[in-house]
Amino acid sequence: MTGAEIFVQSLIKENVEVMFGYPGGVVLPIFDKLYDAKIRFILTRHEQAAAHAADGYARVTGKTGVCLATSGPGATNLITGIATAYMDSIPMVAFTGQVKTTLIGNDAFQEADVTGITRPITKHNYLVKDVKHLACIIKEAFHIASTGRPGPVLIDLPVDVQNAEHDFVYPETCRIRSYNPTYFGHPGQIKKAVKLIAKSKRPIIYAGGGIIISGANNELKELSEKINAPVTTTLMGLGGFDQRNNLSLGMLGMHGTAYANYAIMESDLIIAVGARFDDRVTGRIDAFAPHAKIIHIDIDPSSISKNVKVDVPIVGDAKNILSELNKLVNPCESKDWLKQVFDWKEKHPLSYKNDDKIRPQFVLEKIYELTKGDAIITTEVGQNQMWAAQWYKYSLPRTFISSGGLGTMGYGFPAAIGAQIGRPDKLVFDIAGDGSIQMNIQELATAVNNRLPVKIAILNNGYLGMVRQWQQLFYHRRYSQTKLINPDFVKLAESYGAVGIRVSKKEEVAAAIKKAISIDNTVLIDFIVEPEENVFPMVPAGEAINRMMGGMA
Amino acid sequence: MKHTIQALVENRFGVLARISGLFSARGFNIISLAVGETEDPSVSRMTLLVDAKDERILDQIKKQLNKLIDVITVVDLTGKDFFDRELMLFKVNFTKENKKDIDKLAKEFGAKILETKDSYAVIEICSDQHTALNFLKEIKPFGIKELVRTGRIAIIK
Repeated sequence: MTGAEIFVQSLIKENVEVMFGYPGGVVLPIFDKLYDAKIRFILTRHEQAAAHAADGYARVTGKTGVCLATSGPGATNLITGIATAYMDSIPMVAFTGQVKTTLIGNDAFQEADVTGITRPITKHNYLVKDVKHLACIIKEAFHIASTGRPGPVLIDLPVDVQNAEHDFVYPETCRIRSYNPTYFGHPGQIKKAVKLIAKSKRPIIYAGGGIIISGANNELKELSEKINAPVTTTLMGLGGFDQRNNLSLGMLGMHGTAYANYAIMESDLIIAVGARFDDRVTGRIDAFAPHAKIIHIDIDPSSISKNVKVDVPIVGDAKNILSELNKLVNPCESKDWLKQVFDWKEKHPLSYKNDDKIRPQFVLEKIYELTKGDAIITTEVGQNQMWAAQWYKYSLPRTFISSGGLGTMGYGFPAAIGAQIGRPDKLVFDIAGDGSIQMNIQELATAVNNRLPVKIAILNNGYLGMVRQWQQLFYHRRYSQTKLINPDFVKLAESYGAVGIRVSKKEEVAAAIKKAISIDNTVLIDFIVEPEENVFPMVPAGEAINRMMGGMA
Repeated sequence: MKHTIQALVENRFGVLARISGLFSARGFNIISLAVGETEDPSVSRMTLLVDAKDERILDQIKKQLNKLIDVITVVDLTGKDFFDRELMLFKVNFTKENKKDIDKLAKEFGAKILETKDSYAVIEICSDQHTALNFLKEIKPFGIKELVRTGRIAIIK
């Protein structure tokens, strides 16, 4: 078998149903074999979109996303997508073509040192120098990408390795002596955590993306209800705890709810699960939660005590550890605390001016209402992302798909394509800004060609809104390079064969959303929203997170 | 504070780049690094002398190293009983006048004079780092023309 055939057969062994990518010179042998293979191939219009689509697919299905690009520029175009997946712990295997092994290092045509470039943004990477190692490397790559703290793995495949012959034997198992993630929490640490919980009067659970990755949402609900602790989630944790639950405080941090930020600051115990105390969450680190002891559950030991000092670290899988905890914990005496928290919740809800203008928050509320909260929401990055996080109520894991760590503009639409392919049964909405959408607008072709009924809701304020907001608040309204002169998005959609709808009056919002949902095609809705609306509350960078500005009813 | 850390790593190409890349990307300070194959040819041992300004950073260095797929084990030798050695070669100004003093110092510290030329001597010292550095301090006033160091290696007793 040739290396290219081994590649295809290995992916079949890994149950890969779909891959995203773009052809090129040195991956011709692979594309030739893919021509007859029973793996669905989604041709994007830019390699970056292939990586984001594989990532979106992985986030909604929990399976490993796969993308493929050629050497040099093809590979470098994947970089943003790989880095996005790396920051958010998304299982992905990215394949890149490489020039002939004999040419490597000679500055050959379309050559780039891709394993060198991707080293800091992959969980691991490989350059395959000999076809006899190929099957084993693919097996290892899928294993590493999907286990422990997941992440992207890259395999660089020189063209002569794709053409070289070798017997195909796919390894049944995979053992890497230096890689043994810890899945079960240390019983001694769990006992210590139980003791801390027993003493707590003001507990709060702070849950991150780890809940979703490990599928621990039921265990999380059980813990919070058992110990009477409210739950706040990070951006990545949205969907990990039903926001309709009374104990839900929504998202915390820079654009979190006031009540979540107050609660974490006043708590005496933080149970952090699968979250990493990112600067957007903690604000000024030395002022963060001054009275709280911290229990930190995470599968990645290096996440523990990285930003804040932890009292009880428990390394392992969130689902396993929470179910152990649930067997041992008793209710906290947190009646007064909950009263206080509910009081904050009532006094300081998220709010916006409900007038006759189209406010983006209103659009999100309508989308929530008309999709009955059952859609998969992807987002771009910026104000659109924060409004999508604040105003749509997530109740199920894997329904909020957003670039959290890297904050990648242009992520949402290709991710929506991947999400729609992974979940054809679901309605997928990309909440976009007029800036972000143009970073991967070319994917309208991919969506239309594949008959994907993805809905794009552009909250069109004519600005790079989040940067404009910072300029307004911190740079004396000097809107340097944030005003956008945009194309006609409706015509643009139509030219790709998608449906375009423009909404410039508030009373048209609901009808447009309904219409979009009813159309079995890619639909772009261009909501002309209030240009200078801000995302509030907001904690200025470097401030303590209870020092919020704006939006405080 | 300085710490001697040893990592057993897969003996593969690219491993050194992964480790040096990790240190530069995360802003960890590396003083010296010595790598060589072990008794098992599939494994290399790296001895790193690192400067960690506090416990948190030291802890991160160890954890981040461990997180690399090619790293098998990481041991911090701080507080453990170990032998350490560093080899230094240097050229020092050598004249009739200072010959006696240099000979005496070399003897005292167990250093070897490998060769003497008209204007300089090539000296070798292989000892624990503390002794080697003290020797260097003593010899410095004579005028060092060139200095080559291997960095620290160590073995637990």
